[in-house]
Amino acid sequence: MNPGIYGSLLIMCLTVYCIRMLPFLVFRKEITNVWLRSFLYYVPYVTLAVMTFPAIVLATDNIWSGIAALIVGLLAAWFKGDLFFVAISCCATVFLTGLIF
Amino acid sequence: MTSGANMHWFMRGLRDGIPICMGYFAVSFALGITARGIGMNALQAGLMSLGMVASAGEFAAIVLIQSAAGIFEMITTCIVVNLRYFLMSCSLSQKLSPDLPFIHRFLLPYCITDEIFGLSSAVPGYLNPRYSYGMTIVSVAGWTTGTVLGVLLGNIMPGWAVNALSVSLYGMFLAIIIPPARKDAFIAGLVLLSMAASGLFSILPVLKTISSGFKVIILTLLIAGGAALIHPIDETANDAAEA
Repeated sequence: MNPGIYGSLLIMCLTVYCIRMLPFLVFRKEITNVWLRSFLYYVPYVTLAVMTFPAIVLATDNIWSGIAALIVGLLAAWFKGDLFFVAISCCATVFLTGLIF
Repeated sequence: MTSGANMHWFMRGLRDGIPICMGYFAVSFALGITARGIGMNALQAGLMSLGMVASAGEFAAIVLIQSAAGIFEMITTCIVVNLRYFLMSCSLSQKLSPDLPFIHRFLLPYCITDEIFGLSSAVPGYLNPRYSYGMTIVSVAGWTTGTVLGVLLGNIMPGWAVNALSVSLYGMFLAIIIPPARKDAFIAGLVLLSMAASGLFSILPVLKTISSGFKVIILTLLIAGGAALIHPIDETANDAAEA
């Protein structure tokens, strides 16, 4: 049975919300298990690293622009670390290398 | 938490939401063009972005709508494609103060995207959810507007601008993970290993057929799980971080 576009949207939005909401209801207390605590502590680093590479290199039309953006982003994050600055540096790198390649 | 601190975190969230908003705009613009391609109108695409706030999840949703999928298929696909948010919510649930009013456990889930999760977990100690709300207001505005404009304007936005904006989100991810990696050699190793494994997953046969959503889940379970075995976080260091 197909519920139509608006019905489909409602069902899918609710499903996505529940996926995000359930852990907040289940884990209301601090977890005491050391392994689980450690695992959850490491989750953001692994997840974000996996999502960044190789995606950043493949995101633009030209792979060299992507590689340049990765290098500039790494340097900017290492030496400055400011979110907005790093994001803008990556965008500017793609724009500037786009003029060359 | 005092109301002054609440205001401070909310304003900081609005500010940190700006680069997220820019990156989202580019991605959601492309999403809008895709939605238009299968015959969705601006209202439908806008509602989808406002209600779901998920990139890969919405691309999957468009495909499901196009194929006139049944309810069961819709729900199961949504669960699989968005499962990484489940892990993120588990992780962020540990950043909430036990004294936090219960209502936030219903509001904060709406804010869990890759970027807002990343920034919210980077806050030292307990998370003031108003920080996440500030980021969410600014970035969801960009996300929804981008989708609607993508439907309405199609291919008007110049390619170079889409190209440049497309790396903005990855730049933010680097800004989240690299500074802690600079301070902690174990985290640096973890970041390198994760990137290397992710790279391998995208070139090796069989592995490269795995969708990006699943890749994130598999690698997170393996690498973060392994790291927790080899190098459990030291309780004293953790207490210091929460103080």
